[in-house]
Formats: sequence, structure tokens, C-alpha cells
Amino acid sequence: MAAPSTSPSLPPALADAVRDDASLRRFLHGLPGVDQVGVEQRAAGLGTRSIKKAGKMWAIDTAIGMVDLTTLEGADTHGKVRSLAAKARRPDPEHPDVPQVAAVCVYPDMVETAVRELDGTGIDIASVATAFPSGRSSLKVKLEDTAYAVDAGATEIDMVIDRGAFLSGRYGQVFDEIVQVKHACRDAHLKVILETGELATYDNVRRASWLGLLAGGDFIKTSTGKVSPAATLPVTHVMLQAVRDWHTQTGELRGVKPAGGIRTTKDAIKYLVAVHEVAGPEWLTADLFRFGASTLLNDLLMQRRTQLEGHYSGPDYVTVD
Amino acid sequence: MSENRISVAKTYKLYIGGAFPRSESGRSYPVVDAKGAFLANAAQGSRKDARDAVAAARKAFPGWSGATAYNRGQVLYRVAEVLEGRREQFAAEVASSEGVAVKKAQSLVDAAIDRWVWYAGWTDKVATVLGGTNPVAGPYFSFSMPEPTGVVAVLAPQQSSLLGLISVVAPVIATGNTAVVVSSQDRPLPAVTLSEVLATSDLPGGVVNVLTGRTAEIAPWLASHGDVNALDLTGAPEAMRADLERSAAGTVKRVLRTRPSEDFTREPDLARLRAFLETKTVWHPMGV
Repeated sequence: MAAPSTSPSLPPALADAVRDDASLRRFLHGLPGVDQVGVEQRAAGLGTRSIKKAGKMWAIDTAIGMVDLTTLEGADTHGKVRSLAAKARRPDPEHPDVPQVAAVCVYPDMVETAVRELDGTGIDIASVATAFPSGRSSLKVKLEDTAYAVDAGATEIDMVIDRGAFLSGRYGQVFDEIVQVKHACRDAHLKVILETGELATYDNVRRASWLGLLAGGDFIKTSTGKVSPAATLPVTHVMLQAVRDWHTQTGELRGVKPAGGIRTTKDAIKYLVAVHEVAGPEWLTADLFRFGASTLLNDLLMQRRTQLEGHYSGPDYVTVD
Repeated sequence: MSENRISVAKTYKLYIGGAFPRSESGRSYPVVDAKGAFLANAAQGSRKDARDAVAAARKAFPGWSGATAYNRGQVLYRVAEVLEGRREQFAAEVASSEGVAVKKAQSLVDAAIDRWVWYAGWTDKVATVLGGTNPVAGPYFSFSMPEPTGVVAVLAPQQSSLLGLISVVAPVIATGNTAVVVSSQDRPLPAVTLSEVLATSDLPGGVVNVLTGRTAEIAPWLASHGDVNALDLTGAPEAMRADLERSAAGTVKRVLRTRPSEDFTREPDLARLRAFLETKTVWHPMGV
């Protein structure tokens, strides 16, 4: 097994876990099981919390600043990426005080366009790679894919894990792939997409989260957005627990990115509450929590206008993309 | 059956997006007949229910406005059939809420169903009457056609609980608009039954959404809502009309002003159909 390129000084228990295939399996299967009823109940319970007025306004602005504005369609064009970049720079042209989004997320061949548009804005350029969304290709192709995006100027790479290998228990293979992709990322941040909709159980989500963290992923991300169900609150709870536990054991801060299916401000605020309660307030920053979304931004902007103008807004008042 | 059986009192719900949800606020209010006796509980809609209803109406708009006029007509005729089937229930509700004799109530119900059929007939004729070709000095074929304006917020008349309601709802949806209707505050039962009729006929969910509750509470939110395209002030409280118009102007809505005591038994004309239409004119170059 390849050695992880980050975390040079893992605590003994974790260092032991990545020694070889068997010990990795032993570690992942030794993780405590997830109490399904408990986590779903807690997620539902926290979802009922009411956030109003100034708190809501803060939550909306924070959420806008955490959005990875995403376009991952076969029909993407350079023009579409340019207009997306314009929206990322200034989400609501009538309200210049709206914060910029955290990043735009595109396919590797669109990275160059995005880089040109976002130069000097501080907005990160994320690119999916490694045969997104299925991850069904050779390691060589995946590494080439990653290098292509990084060379074009991507500052963040969203990779997918090989779910087939993970589900058939070849954890070592998944681990090695993440390590090598991380190496190919050079300075770019690595987000590891677990595609929780295909992992079937919360226990698997917990194992995949730890696997991603052990292998050096800077972020663990729920889904590609191409598989239903995508991000759900309970799954995000499990992943937030993993990064919190990682922090307690190693002192390192790693991030979480739910993606897909988060469309309304209400949903986004539920996620922020979960971040605050499960991981902790220090995770309430775009460095450690992101929303992978495309339609969510419009709803956040409409809600923001509703808060400011005192009446409901409509889709006629935001850009269509 | 025992003589002193206690009847089951109903608590009605709202009609939003083809479903019958409770008010988000959890509130309901007692509905009484003309003599003050308890009839049923109705849901007391809130601003958030109005918001949800507008979202449902917006969602239904592309499908309903895109349907052929013939198809819309057939759907509305079908609604008239189902209305006819509930004639007795409507008559009883109109009689108790408006305090009129059963005979009079029946004739009001008949007039209401006929009104619905009358507007249903207009679906595929209104374009020929309100649109047409324009004589222009140039090598162009110029024609105008009416198009639905979008989501219409309708404040239903407070007095005429069924005939008035149908006279304001039918023209809005006949031309392809979708509607958010705030029913008569004190006489909401015929509106609730109408929503049950609409739910069990072929009308797509969200084309008509019915809110019961305090008109003065819900109306300002609809008047200022950025995603509502037009506002029918028929049932608005007199003191609020100016304010509602003013906030409707903030988002450039079409506003239908009406006389407060409109007589709905009068034969209708095209005014209400025309009020929620926009005219599109096309100039098409002509060859030789």
C-alpha cells in the first residue's frame, strides 16, 4: 500500500491502520456502527430549529459564501461557464454587498475558461476528475484526468472513489487511488466524493469517510449529484462526526461538502445547524464546509431579497442559469 | 340510528398544489351560518400558506398555459359536470352561509354552474375575439394574440359565496392563468367544496389554489409578492384597497379594480377575461 502523502505524524492507532491492507480492513470494520434510528432522529430534530431575522440573514450570507457553484452537464459550453463565473463574482448585481461564492465547479476541459474569468477574485476553481461521475476507468486515466485539471489551473479537485472496489471490500485499492490522486493534485485541495447514495448503509458511509480522511482527502463530499439519493441530512451528520473525530485524534481540520438535492434556503440552514451542532462552530467557514449546488444560490438570493425588501421575491428577479 | 347521534363536525383544510394541507400556522377558525350557528371549522391560512400557494401556481403555469385552448375547455367542462353532481351540497352550503331560502340557493348554484360553462366555452374563442390581424402599411403580416399574464391572486367576493367565487375564478383560469384564491372570509364553505370538486376533476394540481382565512391578513402578502403577476381586488376590504394597489404597483402587477358591490347575477361580459391577458403582436415579413 502506498503511504499517504499528508499526515506525516498520525497518532499510533491511525498510523497502524494504514500499515497494510489487513490492518486497514481491521480498522474500518472496527469503527463503531451507526445508530440509524438515532442519527435520523437527531437530524430531523435539529432540522426543526427556527432561525429568524438577523440569524437568518447571517445564515443566508454564510451559505452563499459556502456555495460551490456547479455546472456539470454534457451540454456545458464555454459561454455557460463564463456566465456562471460572472454570477459567482457577483451573485446579485442589484445588491453588491452579497458575498462571493466559495468556488465554481466544472468539468476539467472548462477549467481554463473558469480560470480566465475568475483570475484575481479569490474564488476557487474546482474541477471534477477521475472519470467523474462513475469512476470507472483505469488508475492511469484517473491520474491523467487529475493532472489535466491541475495543469489547467484548478485549485480544488473533486475525485470520485471506486465504489465497486469499496463495496467488494478492496479498501486498500480505494486507499491507494486516493493517495495517488492526492499526489497528482500537487497544491490543489482534494475533495473525495463518497457517492453515499450507492454505499447503502450508514456504516459504509462512516467507513468511507474514514478511508477518505486516512488517505489524505482535504474534504469528504457526499455525492456527485448524478445519483439519487444525493446529499441527505443524516448522511452529512455521519460525515461531520467523522471529521470531528478526526480533529480530536489528530488535531487536523478537514472539511465536509454535501452536494446534490439541496435546493432551498431552508435546507441549507438545516445543514448549517448540523455543522454547528455536530462538528462545531469552527467548521462554519468556507474552508471547512461547502454546498455543492446550482439552484440553491438562486433560492438563497431570493430569500435574501425577501428579508431585505419585506415581501416575497420571485424567480423573475434572479438570473436563470 | 339513534336520534341523539352527535354529528361529526368537519375541520376543512386548504387546497394548494392539488393537495389538501393544513395551514402551516396550525390555525383554524369556526364558520357560522347566517344566524350564527356553528357549521364547520375552516383552516386559517397564513402568509406562508400564501407563499406556498404562489409557488404551486407558478409551477402549474407552464403546463396549463401551454395546454391547447380546446383541452382547457374540455377540462373546464368536466369540472362543470362534477359541479352538477354536487348541486345539492352546494345549495345547502349557499343557503346556510348566505341565509337565503333553499329555492333561491338552488337557483344561485345553477347560475354558478352555467357561469362556469359559459367561461369554459370562451377558452378557444377568446383569441379570435380579442386578437386578430392588424392592417399595417408595409410588407408585413401583423397579428396580435392574447396570452395569459401568469399567476393571478384573486380576492374572492365576501358576499356571493359560490356564484361570485366562480365568476372571479373561471375567467382567470379559462385563458390559461393559474390562480391563488382567497375565499370569502365568513362564507368559505362553498369555496372548500369547489376545491374538492377541482381536486376530483381533470384540472392539474396548482392551477387553482384555495386559501381560507382572514382576507386582510393574507391579501397584503399576495399584493406585494414578486412572483404574482396580477391581482383581483373584488373581495378586498374597502379600507385596504388603496394600500393593496400601491404595493401591487411595487412589483408592476395588473390590478383589477371592481365596484365593491358587484351584482354577480347579471350576465357576464368579457371584462374579466380581458383583465388578465396580455397582447402579443407579431410582425412577420411578407414576400411577394
